[in-house]
Amino acid sequence: MGKMKKNKKISGAEAVIKSLIKENIDLVYGYPGGAIMPVYDEFFKFQHKVNHVLTRHEQGAVHAAQGYARSSGRVGVAIATSGPGATNLVTGIADAQIDSTPIVCITGQVPAHLLGSDAFQETDIIGISMPVTKWSYQITKASEVPDVIAKAFYIAKSGRPGPVLIDITKNAQIEMLDFKYKKCVGIRSYSPVPKIDKNKILEAAELINNAKNPLIVWGQGVILGNAEKEFKNFVEKSGIPAAWTILGASAIPTSHELNVGMVGMHGNYGPNILTNKCDLLIAIGMRFDDRVTGDTSTYAKQAKIIHLEIDPAEVNKNIKVDVPVVGNCKDSLRMLTRNIKEKSYKTWVNKFDELMKKEFKKVIKSDLSPKKKGLTMGESIIAINKFTKGKAIIVTDVGQHQMVACRYANFIDSKSNITSGGLGTMGFALPAAIGAKMGAPKREVVAVIGDGGYQMTIQELGTIFQLQLPVKIVILNNDFLGMVRQWQQLFFDKRYASTEMVNPDFVSIAKAYFLDSERVESRSDLEPAVKRMIESKKPFVLEICVEKEDNVFPMIPSGASVSDIRLE
Amino acid sequence: MEKKIQYTVSIYTENNVGLLNRISAIFLKRHINIESFTTSECEIENVFRFIIVVEMTESGIEKVIKQIEKQVDVIKAFYHTDEETIFQETALYKVKSNSLFEERHIQKSIKESNARIITVNPKFFVIEKTGFRHETDKLYNDLAPYGLLQFTRSGRIAVTKSKMGISEILNKFKNQKKKKK
Repeated sequence: MGKMKKNKKISGAEAVIKSLIKENIDLVYGYPGGAIMPVYDEFFKFQHKVNHVLTRHEQGAVHAAQGYARSSGRVGVAIATSGPGATNLVTGIADAQIDSTPIVCITGQVPAHLLGSDAFQETDIIGISMPVTKWSYQITKASEVPDVIAKAFYIAKSGRPGPVLIDITKNAQIEMLDFKYKKCVGIRSYSPVPKIDKNKILEAAELINNAKNPLIVWGQGVILGNAEKEFKNFVEKSGIPAAWTILGASAIPTSHELNVGMVGMHGNYGPNILTNKCDLLIAIGMRFDDRVTGDTSTYAKQAKIIHLEIDPAEVNKNIKVDVPVVGNCKDSLRMLTRNIKEKSYKTWVNKFDELMKKEFKKVIKSDLSPKKKGLTMGESIIAINKFTKGKAIIVTDVGQHQMVACRYANFIDSKSNITSGGLGTMGFALPAAIGAKMGAPKREVVAVIGDGGYQMTIQELGTIFQLQLPVKIVILNNDFLGMVRQWQQLFFDKRYASTEMVNPDFVSIAKAYFLDSERVESRSDLEPAVKRMIESKKPFVLEICVEKEDNVFPMIPSGASVSDIRLE
Repeated sequence: MEKKIQYTVSIYTENNVGLLNRISAIFLKRHINIESFTTSECEIENVFRFIIVVEMTESGIEKVIKQIEKQVDVIKAFYHTDEETIFQETALYKVKSNSLFEERHIQKSIKESNARIITVNPKFFVIEKTGFRHETDKLYNDLAPYGLLQFTRSGRIAVTKSKMGISEILNKFKNQKKKKK
């Protein structure tokens, strides 16, 4: 019996699965192929421990992993073979990089002795993915598997999260090794969470205590840092109105009295205008993206700026700030809250309300209670709000519907807004909704997608059918690539170059995948159909035919100042 | 417009395949021309040091340094002006052997520039000069009229006047790890 106790050698492929299990991974998305087959053989053997979801395209796998990571707060995993399998992951990896989503991608690779020989399905995925990964590594020996995977998970989730790619040559999957797993707890060249400088906290607190018209702009950092509670305490004690970037949405409820709406290109009128009127701007876990700042040379020039940020490279990158507070915002917010006075800014907050009234009159009213015959995207979102009671996770794609959904969705809980923010990846929503639902199975997940983006990853209806996954899919169909068409109307004299879509019958497509589906064309049918969709326990595709040439307002024209935001 | 200055960038890294790509990509993405690039093992075992010379604005170089430090396998990155570093370059000049014997000027240039002849054979000889750019340039200009068979110049190598403190960073990590245990 003594012999049995001795460490039995296992294959590199088995070590991959065992390493995933050690990282508490019980769900991965992927697509098999030649160079990753030994790993798939182990997925078969370990299917009771790790659920492998077969998507219909590798892009579907990586977006699903992203959706899973975003709804669960855990690391998403996507697996693909070498060559085209690996390159198909690249868009999702780039998306995860720019939106700081923790995912680990594992790709197969040709055997080490064939590297560089242009072998069948060989691509230099390490080289291709290098600019869009937080870290990447090619394993060529089985003995490297446990340590490299441990490092991959540590890097993906620590500090500012991001995508990691591990490429494993086929020989390394087949060779044997003594498996010993040790979780990675630190890397000497990498300090993911900078230590907070207490002096900066005091400087920031002083600015906050002396401010007359301060404004908070928060981003996804609050959610990624699990700092929702600390953030809420800070907002409430400081009494400062707070606006969000698209990825920051849902960190505090939409209805919170100090939540003054979204900033940026299609954000709310008040917070954009008043960005250039405040005397102190407190940026929290956001990165001054150009869609938020507009023209940087006219952005908040009158204000002092405090920046709470975990990534030192973001400080002073786009906007020069007065007081950088580098570190985890969960800690810095707590420290800051201790050092500020309890205050309120009634007249200042009223200004946001006044501008909201103006926006309501010019934009929101006709979006939500339109007089015209055609349905609007806005009223569709309101109908979703009504039947989900704001409890759903809203997954959006990219374009007009995305802006409308973020503007009008009623968020109650954090991690309720999943969208492709930085990269603007059309085709993101359908597969991301799969991951979102599996990452938060108890929550309702409603994917809101335009007719353009829907058709970029429409094949994932197959995955939804196979899984019988009860996600609710709403297609806001205007038969146009609406956002591009809007720009063509406003800035290219209505020259609608390649933006009109002659669409298939989306209901028939859904039904061909054996999914329940309905089409809504009139206002009276909207609420009943949405109600049926939300009450259904099964996957459901609802096509809502909306007005073809509606525009999203307010809008900051590209390159203009935030204070030049247009209401029409 | 902010003035562009020549900076020497020093990057201490783990020996990781591919890091070269990551670092050069940071410059490429921003259309920054790399004027010289060298890499070698430094005073600490298994730690590598990149020395990169670029001409940039100070606000630009600050951002680039942060992007470089953000890379997982980079231990620390610095930028310095010429005044803050001691730096040299090496140039090699290959000249036909008969020119050396026939042209007195060549012998004079070699002597005056403190260059070394590192190899001589019946066909050619090779001169080595280590110094500042203007010195290797001067020798180039002196020798060029007599026909250079080959000429090559290394990237800049540099040490800084100030302390880098890399061992301290690495020791701090070691101690933290011990504490955790």
